[in-house]
Amino acid sequence: MSIEPFRTLTSRTIVLPEENIDTDQIIPARFLTTTERAGLGAGAFYDWRYDEAGNLRNSSPIEQVKGGQHAILVAGGNFACGSSREHAPWALLDLGFRAVISSDIADIFTSNSLKNGLLPIEVDEKTHDFLINNPGIEISIDLETQIVSPTGVAPVNFTTEKFARRCLLDGVDPLGFLVNQMASIKEYEDVHGR
Amino acid sequence: MKDQPQTLLDKLWERHIAVPETDENPAVLYIDLHLIHEVTSPQAFAVLAERGLKVRRPDRTIGTLDHSTPTLPADENGELPYGTPAAKQQVEQLIENCGVHGIELFGLGDPRRGIVHVIGPELGLTQPGKTIVCGDSHTSTHGAFGALAFGIGTTEVGHVLATQCVLQRKPKAMRVTFDGELQPGVGAKDMALAMIAEVGADGGQGYAIEFAGPAVRALSMEARMTLCNMSIEAGARSGMIAPDETTFAWLEGADRAPKGAEWDAAVADWRTLVSEEGATFHKEVDIDASAIKPMVTYGVSPDAAAPVDALTPPAANASDAKAAEYMQIEPGAAIEDVDVDRVFIGSCTNSRLSDLREAAEILRGRQVKDGVIALIVPGSEAVRKAAEAEGLHDIFRSAGAEWREPGCSMCIGMNGDQGAPGDLVVSTSNRNFMGRQGKGVRTVLASPATAAASAVAGKIADPRDFMEGVSS
Repeated sequence: MSIEPFRTLTSRTIVLPEENIDTDQIIPARFLTTTERAGLGAGAFYDWRYDEAGNLRNSSPIEQVKGGQHAILVAGGNFACGSSREHAPWALLDLGFRAVISSDIADIFTSNSLKNGLLPIEVDEKTHDFLINNPGIEISIDLETQIVSPTGVAPVNFTTEKFARRCLLDGVDPLGFLVNQMASIKEYEDVHGR
Repeated sequence: MKDQPQTLLDKLWERHIAVPETDENPAVLYIDLHLIHEVTSPQAFAVLAERGLKVRRPDRTIGTLDHSTPTLPADENGELPYGTPAAKQQVEQLIENCGVHGIELFGLGDPRRGIVHVIGPELGLTQPGKTIVCGDSHTSTHGAFGALAFGIGTTEVGHVLATQCVLQRKPKAMRVTFDGELQPGVGAKDMALAMIAEVGADGGQGYAIEFAGPAVRALSMEARMTLCNMSIEAGARSGMIAPDETTFAWLEGADRAPKGAEWDAAVADWRTLVSEEGATFHKEVDIDASAIKPMVTYGVSPDAAAPVDALTPPAANASDAKAAEYMQIEPGAAIEDVDVDRVFIGSCTNSRLSDLREAAEILRGRQVKDGVIALIVPGSEAVRKAAEAEGLHDIFRSAGAEWREPGCSMCIGMNGDQGAPGDLVVSTSNRNFMGRQGKGVRTVLASPATAAASAVAGKIADPRDFMEGVSS
């Protein structure tokens, strides 16, 4: 079984400068009663995008993602902290995002995103400040070389966990890899009385 | 290598390596106990079905219903008042999935049902030395027993269902040492909030935290669970405490704990689960427990926490200013005296018997302030039964609080238990994120004592003012 590979991406940014944007903001808990993966984009950042009466706030920069030209989310530090809900990357992908850039991205979200083809990228503070202050610029991301090249500032390196990177580049599903380890898993169970 | 003193994390990790980590690949880490609930599992079962895979070790998998379940009883027709049809469907889906795959489920009406992080320890399923995962970030709770326990996403839930393993890189080790002794009226929740305020909401990112020091040793098991529960609010996927006599005393006789000779052998083994003298931690934090006061949050991130008798700090940046605007608490304002609309006592952080006793001590013979709605939700059926056996429910009801059925309830608000827009809720849960307890709801995190005191005062209150012989 394979997943869609991720190699390069060139797109414009949408900037949410707030720090500590938690997964309850990305997808509020009331949308988690679904038993599906699809369709979560409708609830993505719901309380940021819609007013009390349920009307779309056109002022929200998030709406630009729908045009298809702004697939990179630049967010403040400690992005996607909080709950382990994989609904967060599902919702961002469904809305149209393909990558997230911050100075600091929460561990579980990073792990969840990599398994779904949403690329989380951590950059240094200086680059981060530049990106935060220049919404809408075009950025090229190359996962093979692990270089992110924003317009108007020097390219910077980023690091993606090696195995997850390989899976994304080759379109390999980690579950297939795990299932192929079954002999070792059984041996572990025998030796350790599991 | 063997001569290098080991941390507790090293030992737990080493015991569960099915395939070692390399530069290219993460470790294949064996999971002893997989806890599942209705919210983060349906899509994982769907993947299994798509791939024609079975649940490999249903005997190491336990299901419970907690997030979407109502906390009000069934009506006269036996119908539970679900918040939405989707919530009901999600519950039914887990019942079906567990049935199909032969997974033990503590379902509706089962006396063992409850919040996943309350029932695991209660039943003795949670034990020192185990690896424990759940599609829930507060799985760190189980680390209180000297287990390696962490939250996973739904894809990983599928991995564990199919293989009983996860692919993981070893986290770095961080130690938080609480020296000294807690003051009266101060508890584990205050320690947790003080720690998060100190290190920041991302201070534990990439680490597994070990809590140590005399003030941690002095904590009951329930208090240790509260502390480990909040590790994720500092960004750490795991929190852990080396097991000791307190741990063994809690587990001895528990339903699923080892018995007889097996118990003796297990305890002998568990005693080795300590960080050795001279073991290296990548990050160390020391906190003077005697200086901790009752803590509350004033912002929309758990690290925005301060002593209840303090003034909120000035806004350092635009995020702080936005938080202050949302909370309607001015920077520089006194936290005490902020008006309260609701109080929630419950959640996997603070819904155990000792938490309820702590709240009851303050509510006994007092009244919840007129206009304040107080909801008290036990963490499990067993907690409810024990609390009712000692009459705590009568104390709560006499005080004017609502005594509900077990579940996650207002911590996450998925079941319809929510505040109204603009409400200020003093809550014993773990997250003060915007809208977490309902759209526009302002959450103030606090201990059960502080929450109970605030319910009586109708404003954020110092619990020590309600305790005999304790001065604030």
